[in-house]
Amino acid sequence: MSGAGRDVPGAVVSLVLLLLGAGSAAPLAGQDTTAGKRVYVKWCAGCHGDTGAGDGPAARFMLPRPRNFTGAVYKIRSTASGQLPTDADLQRAVDDGLPGSAMPAWKGRLSDAERRAVVAYLKTFSAFFADTSQHVTPLTFSREPSSGGGAAELKRGRQFYDSIGCRKCHGDQGRGDGPSAPTLKDDAGFPILAADLHQNWRFRGGRTTADIYRRLRTGLDGTPMPSFSDLIDQKFLTDVELWRLAEYVRSLSPADSAEVRDVIHAPRIAGPLPVAPDDSAWRRVERYWFPLVGQVIRKSRWFAPAVTGVWVEAVHNDQALALRVSWDDRSQSPDPTWRAFEQRVLETVASDDSSTPRAELWPDQLAVQFPRRVPDGMERPYFLMGTATDPVYQWRWTSQPPRAVAGLARGIEQFDTVALAPATQAVYDHGEWRVVFTRALATPDTANDVQLTTGRAIPVAFFAWDGSSGEHGSRMGVSTWYFLALDRPTPPSVLLSPIVAMALTLGLGLVVVLRAQRRGAGV
Amino acid sequence: MHKLSVLAVVGVAVGAGVWGLGLAGWTRSPAPQGGATITGKIKFVGKAPPNPVIDMTEEAKCKAKYTAPPREQIVEVNPNQTLADVFVYVDSGVAASYKAPAPAGPVTLDQDGCRYHPHVFGILVGQTLAIKNSDGILHNIKAKAVKNRPFNISQPGVMTSERTFATREVMVPLECNVHGWMHAWLGVLPYPFFSVTGTDGTFTLKGLPPGTYKIEAWQEKYGTQTATVTITGSETKTHDFSFAAK
Repeated sequence: MSGAGRDVPGAVVSLVLLLLGAGSAAPLAGQDTTAGKRVYVKWCAGCHGDTGAGDGPAARFMLPRPRNFTGAVYKIRSTASGQLPTDADLQRAVDDGLPGSAMPAWKGRLSDAERRAVVAYLKTFSAFFADTSQHVTPLTFSREPSSGGGAAELKRGRQFYDSIGCRKCHGDQGRGDGPSAPTLKDDAGFPILAADLHQNWRFRGGRTTADIYRRLRTGLDGTPMPSFSDLIDQKFLTDVELWRLAEYVRSLSPADSAEVRDVIHAPRIAGPLPVAPDDSAWRRVERYWFPLVGQVIRKSRWFAPAVTGVWVEAVHNDQALALRVSWDDRSQSPDPTWRAFEQRVLETVASDDSSTPRAELWPDQLAVQFPRRVPDGMERPYFLMGTATDPVYQWRWTSQPPRAVAGLARGIEQFDTVALAPATQAVYDHGEWRVVFTRALATPDTANDVQLTTGRAIPVAFFAWDGSSGEHGSRMGVSTWYFLALDRPTPPSVLLSPIVAMALTLGLGLVVVLRAQRRGAGV
Repeated sequence: MHKLSVLAVVGVAVGAGVWGLGLAGWTRSPAPQGGATITGKIKFVGKAPPNPVIDMTEEAKCKAKYTAPPREQIVEVNPNQTLADVFVYVDSGVAASYKAPAPAGPVTLDQDGCRYHPHVFGILVGQTLAIKNSDGILHNIKAKAVKNRPFNISQPGVMTSERTFATREVMVPLECNVHGWMHAWLGVLPYPFFSVTGTDGTFTLKGLPPGTYKIEAWQEKYGTQTATVTITGSETKTHDFSFAAK
């Protein structure tokens, strides 16, 4: 009886605590998951699946795969490794999307209420969110030290990059080509790439130094990227030192985001062209970024292009053109150490092949495409390697055998070489290919070779293959048409007119001054 | 005098009884401390596939710790044709009222020579797991828990990190992504009725109260086998398991 008497207040207390707990945590109460479900089914389930398991009909074409919500494991959080994300973390991913993945930003496409509702709904896919014993406490992030970013600080950052072993996965120069990179898998067993730290616009959690610092603190759960917070707790590294590392990582990418401009300006230089990939003359030439996307038009389609874009620079000397193409590639293919990784990629990314292609030791390849003749109007051949009746002129370079040929492509399948190949020099340097193509502007075979003339907008397009990602044939990264413009020799009138203008300005100025002085003297 | 001493004895006895009752009240239901033991061998039939040799070329510091090339520990066959690294535990049958004794201290997982020591082990819910890096090179330790929250922490030098697990989970895979060959397996249980076989292939589950238990033997490659064992008093019962090469 006394026992029962003791239990009654106990039960009341528990009930009150339960109600209080439910009120304060309010995991789902008061949030409308019906509305969220409507939004989810319409906009999200195609990739993330009806049950939130990341297995919608489109998922098998994606690498990285869509998030599986059932485990409540999220990459981009403000919380410690293993903790659930905050609502704000989830909201940010929905609102802003995840760069470098198929996840778009939904701000502007869905209303504020819809976006909030879908976050509430996706939390219902895992029991962890309803478990009140889970700690969800954002880490306390320090502010970016105001002193950072100078050469000395970046050098310090680089020291930590080496001493804490970032290079093991991200590589010596940060292009995701470290010795452990070919072995990496995510928690679901899918192949995962160590981030290319030279492409911060593809960082899932954002491109700024502060974003990078936060990823170092929290880690990316579900991936091989660990949290470095324990190092600060154990005084292995100070917080400022972690900021130095973040600053160094940020410094590897361009200061401004890689902006796509349509026209490559090739300045005219006097004397010999820089034919070597590392000729110092290239440092004085502006570079242009062209993104590549998977070839998904013709069979076999390819949804996971390994080369995400190319940097292009060009110069000419009235006689010949030198075109340098640089791109990040984690492997110097053919490379047997990546073969198992390649097999996993081919097994993960569905295509329309009848069976999964077998991993082979393919080379890396690059193609630069021009029309056969520079068009007068806007009419250009079909961008995807021309057609049977309207071929395109291409330079095709392979890493193995290391050479380039020129030829006419009539669609993806047909390529007929022409007599004159461009001269090429290539280097593979810590995850980056730099290849220089050189060719005379005018060639004898005017019927087949594009005749490069100054002052014209010459259509140009790029294609790239990473052999170690299983890319070969139609499995490739493609660009659309852009333009190459070879600067004209400067006509004397261009040089003269500023002088004339300056002389006129000076003369008029003198007249005004003299008049003013004369009037002043008269008073 | 004689009467007095009798009284004193009685008094002490009564006092002790009252104190004992009070103690019982404090701890609510005292743990039914069982005295039974289940023991047995994990036999192995057939020829095991050889464990892959680990290429440690990238980690000279680890490689230097071995005279012969180290191998992975997927199937460890003992000379007496038994298996090591089999996790044997009571899967069900433990009374809900059973309260596990407080853990004696942390369980240590050591990263030494770019391998985990131990390779298979158990831990109590709430018991501290001390993750030690004796190598002094970068390891990350990732717990791919599903029922517990997972974690992935970096250890770029000689250091120890501590974590706990909140709920039962058999088994939690642990791995290092810097060294793709490093795997360990952790069984998290709310009671101490688990055992990992060693070089003689035997397991021992001690301190079991009377009851009928389902026991399970887990092996990394060959999966699980179960058996039902009934305990009536404080006897020792023997049950052997047998795994066959696939």
